[in-house]
Amino acid sequence: MKEMAFILTSMVLVDNLVLTKFLGICPFLGVSKKMDSALGMSYAVIAVMVLATAATWPIYNYLLAPFGLEYLETILFILVIAALVQMIEMGLKKYAPSLHKSLGVYLPLITTNCAVLGIAILNIDNGYSFVNSLVNAFGGGVGFLVALVLFSGVRRQIERSNIPLAFRGIPATMIAASILAMAFMGFTGIVEGMFL
Amino acid sequence: MPGWLIGIISVALLGLLLGVVLTVAAKLFKVKSNPLTDKEREELPGINCGACGYVGCDSYAEALTKQEGVEPNLCTPGGESVARKICEILDIPFSQMLAKHAVLRCAGSLDHTTYVMDWQSVNSCAANKTFYRGRSSCYQACLGYGDCVLACPFDAIQIVNGIAVVNRNRCTGCGICVDVCPNNLFMLTTGEDLVYVACSSHAKGKDTRKGCTTGCIACNRCVKACKFDAITINHNLAVIDQGKCTQCGDCIPVCPVKIIKRIGVPCDD
Repeated sequence: MKEMAFILTSMVLVDNLVLTKFLGICPFLGVSKKMDSALGMSYAVIAVMVLATAATWPIYNYLLAPFGLEYLETILFILVIAALVQMIEMGLKKYAPSLHKSLGVYLPLITTNCAVLGIAILNIDNGYSFVNSLVNAFGGGVGFLVALVLFSGVRRQIERSNIPLAFRGIPATMIAASILAMAFMGFTGIVEGMFL
Repeated sequence: MPGWLIGIISVALLGLLLGVVLTVAAKLFKVKSNPLTDKEREELPGINCGACGYVGCDSYAEALTKQEGVEPNLCTPGGESVARKICEILDIPFSQMLAKHAVLRCAGSLDHTTYVMDWQSVNSCAANKTFYRGRSSCYQACLGYGDCVLACPFDAIQIVNGIAVVNRNRCTGCGICVDVCPNNLFMLTTGEDLVYVACSSHAKGKDTRKGCTTGCIACNRCVKACKFDAITINHNLAVIDQGKCTQCGDCIPVCPVKIIKRIGVPCDD
């Protein structure tokens, strides 16, 4: 239990996927203009991360590792995640049209999201058990949500302020993102103090 | 069995398995869609630009079939041909696409304004506007360096006598100039024969007068002349509510500085 809480908090605050590991930067910059779409994207990412981990962990440990095929990790994970997302999308369209509509274009976008693949591979690299992997994936998704929601607030302020012309748009956004990432460095070591 | 063979076999098997699963899922989860929507979706360009105001071509097609009163001519990239086909599919009469044009909300050419600054640097409105407040005696006037001329992909804008003039035969109403102008002088208008205010100065009447002989001095005469309450004075500038305006033109002759104009009639410069 303690280990799970440890993994969860460290994924959300210390090892934040976006701000510390720099994974999933493109949705971070692309979908953080509005709070609504940032939330929609983050929910979709959380769901896909957990499901992708649930699918890839058994594949690695029961198919790849016993036969010494670890080098196929990346390509198989991409294949499985893409198929999984495709299937989720079809299922949602049939049984939960309203949810499908609110997730909209974000679901297929996640297919090729490096954060999702990153989480699947990180689970293997860290040697987590199945349950801990799921917790790690969930924490990663929540960290993604925290980063996106925080940043959408920052961007709203950026849009309101009077910025010199040369910095308007992407440059100002990048600078703000780097400051946010530096702010998250302040969490380093906090989890060790909390749980150990 | 060698390791590489197991690799090939397992990847192939997994690929096959996923393929089969996806095919089954596609059959299982098939959602019946409206055949009309499918047809419309085929006609739309499919570039998901969002010019119609919907998220993508899919949702525009859906809205066209499901909701009453969605205009069939909102697809700008598709243009008239796509609008025509959509009208055929929906079996409704084709209405002319309303042309959009840009107009400059400024009439302060060099006959009416003077330059108060000797600018010896980059010839760019944006650069000039950064210093002081531009070179013209009116702080809101067209700067005349032609940022819009460079930005216009259709060569529809020229600088004539210090202000930008839109060639309405070439203008497609894309709105690029609207974003480029540092004084936000361009306005997109829909349709022909519109009455508009050719001034953007929010300065007090007296100050506007000092800078330009043809700027809105907020004298209220047009407000009184309008029978439809379409004109209001907002921060020392007459604003025409195009929803209420009937384009009767009663406000045009009463304007003492002649800034209420009808599109299509050439400006006095």
